Amino acid sequence: MELVLAIGIGVLAGSGVFLLLRPRTFQVIIGLSLLSYAVNLFIFSMGRIRLNAAPVLDPAANDPALYTDPVPQALVLTAIVIGFAMTALFLVVLLASRGFTGTDHVDGRER
Amino acid sequence: MSFLDHLIIMPILLPLGAAALTLLFDDTRREIKAGINFAATILLVAVAIALLMQTDAVTREGTELTVTYQLGNWPAPFGIVLVADRLSAIMVLLAGILGINALIYSMARWQAAGPHFHMLFQMLLMGLNGAFLTGDLFNLFVFFEVMLAASYGLLLHGSGVLRVRAGLHYIAINLAASSLFLIGVSLIYGVTGTLNMADLALRIPHVPANDLGLLHAGAAILGIAFLVKAGMWPLNFWLPTTYAAASAPVAGLFAIMTKVGVYIVLRLTLLLFGEHAGASFGFGQTFLMIGGLATIAFGTVGVLASQSTGRLAGYSVLVSSGTLLAAIGMGDRAVTGGLLFYLVSSTLTISAFLMLVELIERARVAGADVLAVTMEAYGEDDEELEHEEEVGVVIPSTMAILGVCFALCGLLLSGVPPFSGFISKFAMLSAVLQSEDAASPIPASTWWLIGLLIISGLASLIAMTRTGIATFWATLEGQTPSVRVIEIAPIAILIALCLGLTVAGGPVLRFMDLAADALHTPTDYIEDIIGTTPAAHAGGAS
Repeated sequence: MELVLAIGIGVLAGSGVFLLLRPRTFQVIIGLSLLSYAVNLFIFSMGRIRLNAAPVLDPAANDPALYTDPVPQALVLTAIVIGFAMTALFLVVLLASRGFTGTDHVDGRER
Repeated sequence: MSFLDHLIIMPILLPLGAAALTLLFDDTRREIKAGINFAATILLVAVAIALLMQTDAVTREGTELTVTYQLGNWPAPFGIVLVADRLSAIMVLLAGILGINALIYSMARWQAAGPHFHMLFQMLLMGLNGAFLTGDLFNLFVFFEVMLAASYGLLLHGSGVLRVRAGLHYIAINLAASSLFLIGVSLIYGVTGTLNMADLALRIPHVPANDLGLLHAGAAILGIAFLVKAGMWPLNFWLPTTYAAASAPVAGLFAIMTKVGVYIVLRLTLLLFGEHAGASFGFGQTFLMIGGLATIAFGTVGVLASQSTGRLAGYSVLVSSGTLLAAIGMGDRAVTGGLLFYLVSSTLTISAFLMLVELIERARVAGADVLAVTMEAYGEDDEELEHEEEVGVVIPSTMAILGVCFALCGLLLSGVPPFSGFISKFAMLSAVLQSEDAASPIPASTWWLIGLLIISGLASLIAMTRTGIATFWATLEGQTPSVRVIEIAPIAILIALCLGLTVAGGPVLRFMDLAADALHTPTDYIEDIIGTTPAAHAGGAS
């Protein structure tokens, strides 16, 4: 489980960084998306990996060991929403840039 | 609870409410939007002054040091807290002052260059104030994103090729930095199990030795996210282009955006890795010192090499950031007092200069030497604006007034006596020299800082003189540019505030020293929020 998650995050982050450094705006936006997926999984894993445990406390059973940490789940939800909104905004700027310069190069001109 | 207890949340709620209110009107009724924005920003300045007095008064009684506010009345390590000490109050007031001046400037014509200017303007203020007041790391991320989202919109305000291109780079680098921010925050949470800054300061001394590497990695990654914002070399190549591309009032407000990064680096370095931090004491200081010195050097070369006034202003921002980061790297109580003075003085100066740049460029356009870049920056939208809306009275003897403002900006930037630029630099340098033991030799890094500070001042003076001669002593063909009173007034106010800082240098510096003391001794800060001191916490843990 840990290995699968670690490899998953690593592959996503690696591909994200590679694409982020490419010269086409579309590659950059896909790279940023992949990077944010990797980050979201990473935040999630920082609450320790627990199987079959609820994040919501039951008043009848007060032992914290029975539950998974709810804080990273709340954090990741916020991060997903913000990341999604920012990607959408970047997409608009990307299209504006394409319209203004007629090229999809990140510098607005071919080298 | 009286109204005053809720004062601390007003700098966040006020802009939020004003932003929502401006959305109710469409862009044909721009004067109503401007009125709401103006009223809200004036109120914000008043609230900030009240908050500043509140934080100062609490301390004088000798009992409490900070004003804390528990959101939803959740107790501190579990809920989110807002915290105002002297430093936060200064920063909120600074944001308000820059806001009101940028707003007055924009009323002449820039507010009409695109939709939703006033809404984005208020949201940027909300994000800034939230980042200054929050006491929780993840809440800081949220306010950071509010601020950044608004800044993306404001940077693109007025549109045009140059702005969209600069905006694309700016957004991409900030999205990448936000990812780093999240990685850093979650690493720190994974190691310590808390996100409250004061609680973190309590727990960091007790982190087991084999987890320290992970904690430091998290703090370093988090730091990179802020240093991108603060513009430390080599993370700052986006900055001069972005600031030169932004429209003038937006650039004037952006002057405080780099200072947000500096503020958080200052707060977290001293709170988390201060005197009581045990094995983590002084983490990152050497890095900040070297990075700051490199930034000053890079900014100095950039200032000298700049062809356009806009880029010259951008590189001045870098010099200011570098000075602050290097001074944080000194980690000395007396230096921090001077550093805070420099922060306020240089932010006001740079904001005035960034707005002045546009008026000077306008003079250039009226003259013969039209820069291709400038024309591209203004695009076609501006041409139409010239005809429809220009508000306010045109001032007489434009070039003389612009020249005086420019000269004062130059003196303030380069730190020539008798202005506040000089006092702040002098306060820092004398503290650097005095803090050392008389017997031991002064370390090389201190000499580097002194040398680079003085050389950067000289470089600013040379570059400003050169630009001034080329602009104001050149023979103008055709008409002189028309400058409105409401465009020159904000610049004059900002410069006058800098002169006020000079006159009131003593009291202000004493205030800054008190703020620096509180930063270097965070025991009371932690006690106010969590209710226990580091010493008591250590006793309970062992």
